[in-house]
Amino acid sequence: MTIQEFFAMGGYAFYVWTSYGLTLIVLLANIILPIVQRKKLLRELALKQQRHR
Amino acid sequence: MFLIPDPVGRFFHRMASPPHFYALTEKLMPWLVVLFLLLLLPGLYGGLVLAPPDYQQGDSYRIIYIHVPSAWMSLFIYMVMATAGAIGLVWRIKLAEIVAISSASIGASFTFIALVTGSLWGKPMWGTWWVWDARLTSELILLFLYLGVIGLYGAIDDKRTASKAVAILALVGVVNIPIIHYSVEWWNTLHQGPTVTKMDKPSIHVSMLVPLLLMAAAFKLYYVIAMLQRARLELLQRERNAQWVKAMLEKRA
Repeated sequence: MTIQEFFAMGGYAFYVWTSYGLTLIVLLANIILPIVQRKKLLRELALKQQRHR
Repeated sequence: MFLIPDPVGRFFHRMASPPHFYALTEKLMPWLVVLFLLLLLPGLYGGLVLAPPDYQQGDSYRIIYIHVPSAWMSLFIYMVMATAGAIGLVWRIKLAEIVAISSASIGASFTFIALVTGSLWGKPMWGTWWVWDARLTSELILLFLYLGVIGLYGAIDDKRTASKAVAILALVGVVNIPIIHYSVEWWNTLHQGPTVTKMDKPSIHVSMLVPLLLMAAAFKLYYVIAMLQRARLELLQRERNAQWVKAMLEKRA
């Protein structure tokens, strides 16, 4: 199997790769968003704590 | 509680304490990610490269490696959410409430993925993006249940009250789970019947089955990782004024 054949997916490239691509985006977002939000919250809380000292 | 041996009780009590949970999940995370990749990569390689094309569906069937594990996860996570919600409701364990609500967005995501990849598979195979049959409709209702849980939780300011309300909604929605599972047997539908979870031999070749099971295991691990990340955020939001958070920030500064 060549690389071209692999990406062509026997003519179903659109359906297969859209499925995999969309899944990747949704699953990545579910990991990245809570981490980013938690880091932001930690920074805010640390700042507040410094001011109150 | 006194029926449980003391060390066991102590273990769970410690596990459920917010500072311990927060620290432990941080330490566990790299190992969970490694285990996840060890399942995901061979699963993808086996499914997209090694497994032969289907004799009827050609290469389009390869959507199965994300569609079916996602659909399984959509049901599994719902049961975890409802169970954790019930535990939170009965024993008022804060961590159970957090596990319940942290599961909702991931469950909704997997339900969404199952629906969309099903649609992308249905178009070339059935000739239509969507039909209002029992399997598809009950899975769509599952998505609305998840969205209802997320919306209800967001609408109530006091998070302990919100958790109670959400747990009751989740428990009521459990009736939908067996309906989804058995829909392909109870009703005539365009959706194919089960190929893996049959009592006798699964009607799928082993070269296709192994990557499917690897992907299913990888998605379970993914759920644990994503749920814990969400739970850490949720915990920190709720406990922002707690002494252990102050101490942790002090140590980091």
